[in-house]
Amino acid sequence: MTADDDGAGSAGREPHEDCLALFEDAPCGYVLTDPTGMITAANAEFHRMVGLARGELVGRRTLASLLPVGARIYLETHLLPVLEHDDAVREVSLDLLRPDGVRVPVLLNATTTANAEGVRDLSLRAVFIETSDRHRYERDLLTATQAAEEARREAARLAQTLQRTLIPPAPPEIEHLSIAATYRPAGDGSTVGGDFYDIFQLGPASWVIALGDVSGKGVEAAAVTSFVRYTLRALAIEHPDPAETLRLLDRALHAHETAHYCTLVLAHLGRTADRWTIRLSLAGHPPALIRQPDGTVRELGIYGSPIGLLDGPEFHTVSHELGDETITLYTDGVTEARHRRLLYGERRLGDLIASLPHDPVEITEGIANAVLDYQGGDASDDIAIVTLRATR
Amino acid sequence: MFVHGFGCGQDMWRHVAPEFERDHRVVLFDLPGSGEADASTYDTIRHGRLEGYRDDIIALLDELDLHAVVLVGHSVSAMIAVLVQIARPDLVERLVLVTPSARYLNDVDYVGGFGEADIDELLDLMSRNHLGWQDPLAALVAGSDSSAVKDELERVFCRTRPEIAAEFAAVTFRGDNRADLPHVSAPTLVLQSREDSVAPLTAGLYVKEAVPDCAFEILETRGHCPQLSVPHETAAAIRRYLDVSVNSRTA
Repeated sequence: MTADDDGAGSAGREPHEDCLALFEDAPCGYVLTDPTGMITAANAEFHRMVGLARGELVGRRTLASLLPVGARIYLETHLLPVLEHDDAVREVSLDLLRPDGVRVPVLLNATTTANAEGVRDLSLRAVFIETSDRHRYERDLLTATQAAEEARREAARLAQTLQRTLIPPAPPEIEHLSIAATYRPAGDGSTVGGDFYDIFQLGPASWVIALGDVSGKGVEAAAVTSFVRYTLRALAIEHPDPAETLRLLDRALHAHETAHYCTLVLAHLGRTADRWTIRLSLAGHPPALIRQPDGTVRELGIYGSPIGLLDGPEFHTVSHELGDETITLYTDGVTEARHRRLLYGERRLGDLIASLPHDPVEITEGIANAVLDYQGGDASDDIAIVTLRATR
Repeated sequence: MFVHGFGCGQDMWRHVAPEFERDHRVVLFDLPGSGEADASTYDTIRHGRLEGYRDDIIALLDELDLHAVVLVGHSVSAMIAVLVQIARPDLVERLVLVTPSARYLNDVDYVGGFGEADIDELLDLMSRNHLGWQDPLAALVAGSDSSAVKDELERVFCRTRPEIAAEFAAVTFRGDNRADLPHVSAPTLVLQSREDSVAPLTAGLYVKEAVPDCAFEILETRGHCPQLSVPHETAAAIRRYLDVSVNSRTA
């Protein structure tokens, strides 16, 4: 077989006849226009797409007239300026509008053409490929994406609702005591964290503050948090000594079918003879921080075992009479906040508290903001902070 | 001063502006959010009204210490130019409004050419076609050579950040400046395209009737951008108008 035979095609036609046949019978729509957009040639597939008979297009319709109004604006304000500038547009997704009102989604590629003098003008060569099926598929994908997004938002709403049941909206008003508390979720707040705090009353001048961190995250951790919180409430009523309450809580969590454990600081506040006494016990948790009005900071509490982790745990209660100092309880989201690989740390926290005004709100918010700033605003762990101070 | 409209940037004037450079000082710029304008100049709230763009142009004219300019605005910027002239008559000696429309949506006794659904469709189309915006961006994300991406970004004409384009489209096509037109106090030329599906003849004629001292010329072309389709005729029409109004003034 020679090259000539090859070029003549299998039906024995001239090459240009093959080309004409390709134009006319191509499985995509071909359109030529003059510089004003008037259609000067169109093939069978394009006639089929726009639902017009031969004779209804060439010399009678402009490309714009085959588009819905919104697409016409797009053609005029975007596509033609780009064509005029770059001589081509590719993969433009549009609808063609048939006389019966049906829209045919298409992909359009178009180029400008040069006239006899070699000057390019807006005479166009355009190729249209119908994308009805693909378009439907894309719409389905879009719908699925939107449904997934909605489900994600719903999950985040659930998480936030659940979180709110674990964190009091605001600390209660307590006579002769000023309390500030804050909770900041990790990341965008869409997962339930393990940190919690609770402040509740036992008697006329008797209050309990619990602040803790259940291991892990998510719904299962939240269920354990809930368990710990309500068990604590029940136990604290019967047992005024925090170490005793923690011992019983430890047994209760051991009996609970869960692998989650918990660290906790539990404080009992009682007021007699115009003074508050705080009795405090730690369970695998960092000590509370006492700040004197002169800015000196020291720890309060004796280390104890985490709740629900060890056999033979140990808990110790320390007692402290409140003068004019502030006492801050916090979770390890504060000290274990990281900037690159560097921990925020207890020393930095102590220095920060020393530098803040001697006021529970200033101290609580000051710590939370400093720790978030330290992490560049993107907290990897949630944090809870409670600060209190006796008032007259 | 030439002000481009909705869609592309100052490049829209590249065939027309040079024809005035020999005897005029020509000012070209990109509106915030369009063309090569610094992204930080765009403000969703400020530019949620045409008055935001108006104030930008006034600030620009003041900064350049220009007075009594010929302000040429295309498409939506014809209305921005009108707002500039009304707010600061000292800055604008004559207005040239290329394919203007005071309101794109149809109204009682008014044919703007569009319904709400058409505008929604336009916004949908724009979200489906980012025309070279997402591609270089995607390449950037993929971590390819940043200088190549930069070249690509510079090469792509008519690229606007999609969410800004959508906001500009909404401001443009949902606006109504019909009540402003009678307050124009500068001599004005309306250049109308013979066939324009964005600013139809009815829209151009409305502007002509409402602006007190208004000349009107139809350019024999089809489409919304005569400065691209018939740039020489567009420039010639502007020049004829400037000559006539200068002559009548001196006479």
